[in-house]
Amino acid sequence: MTAPPPEVLRSWLEKMILIRLAEDKVMEIYMQGLVPGTVHLCQGQEAASVGAIGALTADDWLLCTYRGHHHALARGMDLEAFFAEIMGRDTGACGGMGGSSYVIDASLGMIGSPAIIGAGIPVATGAGMTARLRGEDRIAMCFFGDGACNIGAFHEALNMAQLWRSQAVFLIENNQYGEYTPFRDSTALPPEAPIAHRASAYGMAHTVTDGQDAMAVHEVVARARAQAVAGDGPTLIEAQTYRYRGHSRTDPGTYRPPGELDAWKERDPIGILAERIDASEAVEEIRARLQDEVDEAAERAAEGPWPSLDQARGYVFAD
Amino acid sequence: MSSQTESPAPGGAEVVTYREAIRLALDDAMAADETVLLLGEDIAKAGGPFKTTAGLYEKYGVDRVFDTPIAENGFCGIALGMALTGLRPVVEIMFSDFLPTAFDAIAMELPRWRFMSGGQTSAPVTVRASGGGGGRFGAQTSSTGESWFLQFYGLKVAVAGSPQGAYGLLRAAIAHNNPVVVFDHKAMHLRKGPLVRGDDRLADIGKAVVVRSGSDVTIVASLLMVNRSLEAAEALAGEGIDVEVIDISWLRPLDMATVAASVERTGRLVIAEEQYHDGGWGASIISRLATAAAPLASPPVAVSMPEILISHSPPLEDAMIPSAERIAEAVRSACR
Repeated sequence: MTAPPPEVLRSWLEKMILIRLAEDKVMEIYMQGLVPGTVHLCQGQEAASVGAIGALTADDWLLCTYRGHHHALARGMDLEAFFAEIMGRDTGACGGMGGSSYVIDASLGMIGSPAIIGAGIPVATGAGMTARLRGEDRIAMCFFGDGACNIGAFHEALNMAQLWRSQAVFLIENNQYGEYTPFRDSTALPPEAPIAHRASAYGMAHTVTDGQDAMAVHEVVARARAQAVAGDGPTLIEAQTYRYRGHSRTDPGTYRPPGELDAWKERDPIGILAERIDASEAVEEIRARLQDEVDEAAERAAEGPWPSLDQARGYVFAD
Repeated sequence: MSSQTESPAPGGAEVVTYREAIRLALDDAMAADETVLLLGEDIAKAGGPFKTTAGLYEKYGVDRVFDTPIAENGFCGIALGMALTGLRPVVEIMFSDFLPTAFDAIAMELPRWRFMSGGQTSAPVTVRASGGGGGRFGAQTSSTGESWFLQFYGLKVAVAGSPQGAYGLLRAAIAHNNPVVVFDHKAMHLRKGPLVRGDDRLADIGKAVVVRSGSDVTIVASLLMVNRSLEAAEALAGEGIDVEVIDISWLRPLDMATVAASVERTGRLVIAEEQYHDGGWGASIISRLATAAAPLASPPVAVSMPEILISHSPPLEDAMIPSAERIAEAVRSACR
């Protein structure tokens, strides 16, 4: 696979910075009381989403998770619609019905983002089947966390996806913790083995990549995509990454061993890509420009009206 | 099991088994719309554990009739993914009692997906399951399951009380743009009745069917209880009691207009249901009539399952499932 051209890599860097700033902003407006419920932030995990989504075409479908802000923004969701959704406003991407866990734009191929762990894995398998049955150059890209790899839906879906050669790509963002528990405390694996090795039980291709390196993620996803559309079956990819914040807003992450967070921050995905494309000096300028965009979008979003019960009623059933 | 009743066919109708009506509905739906496809255990090469898909694999091929692994939650989720991207999958769950293995997909994903997206997506998935007792199958393969999903708003729920119902409800569900769970009853699979097929024979969504007109008492029934209510009505006719029987057909939307209009005329209501009363559609009907202050001449009576579980032992199973005699007795008590 050839590396993407410089202007594309530059756009990735901007997207990763945008995601970081947007997530920090979400925390800020949460503390101001503008965000109902809770939020699951993804600071530190920007490379996996931006690199993977960079390998997709506009026709590809995406299944995301309750920790899915980075997927939405990497795919190009409108910033105001993003913030308004998190604030539960009618002007939100999902009319305020979904909230932080379920912020999608179907016009961008984002067809779902369930809050139930692992529930998107069969759904992506089904979407990938549609592509296969229609003979389309299209895949379903499925993001989920290490915690999803122990639920039945993961195993049931992987079995059928491989059996039927679904045009799906499965990407585990292994951020090391399933909620508050280190993944090795909940996941039976041979010593040192990655979770992705579980795919071998199904005869499925699998690979492990550096989730802090957007270009590395891009390369494996591009290869997996090509394999899927060629009819050679899905791939289970494990991107090893880290969540800088706790599981949800109320979790300070005190269960993490001292020094672990700092060690991961030394391999910050934004810094890695900036260095790779020789743009480290541009980071501050990009950040300042995008900060204004983020602030303005959040401000406009906060002025959005609340949805009505009649609107909610209209969303339950299709005509 | 009660005697096999065979209705004479009106003009233009064929007489088929209830099971064959299901198969014909699937066949006609697949012929009418190439996006319709089937998923389920043993439904392709083997023709289905209940023969409801016999011949469809041979007719429509490997890309439209899928033998799934025994993984209900997984393949219901797969059906959702297919539906979101333009297909109309029909999932067969074999025994209703296996529906709980797919609880997340059916209860939590299918009904809420569209809502959470603010109407950006739709999920035209039909889930069909064969339930009900009488087969001596014991506690884990004898439930109708018909009311289990009524608290999961976003699903529509249909119950087939005749071959025509089985055909029309299934065709309507498949053509509908929302997820629908369609229940049939195993003990009815070999019963025959008239069927008129065709793309103009889709049931009206949310419309109950008055299967017998009468002026003294209204029985509202589902699935096998429709048949047993008709038997009870015949017996009661000899006693001078004129019974109306409604095949409720849809548990959501619930056709309260038809029920209320009937009860307004008869003044008496009997519910016949092969399920526990609490939390079921029968209790909902009584509640809705009560809160609407409908004029009833006597308190409503529910003929339901006793609060015990279905066992393997034949006399005990027979004691669980409402019989025509129990329904008739309930009608008499309503008339006293």
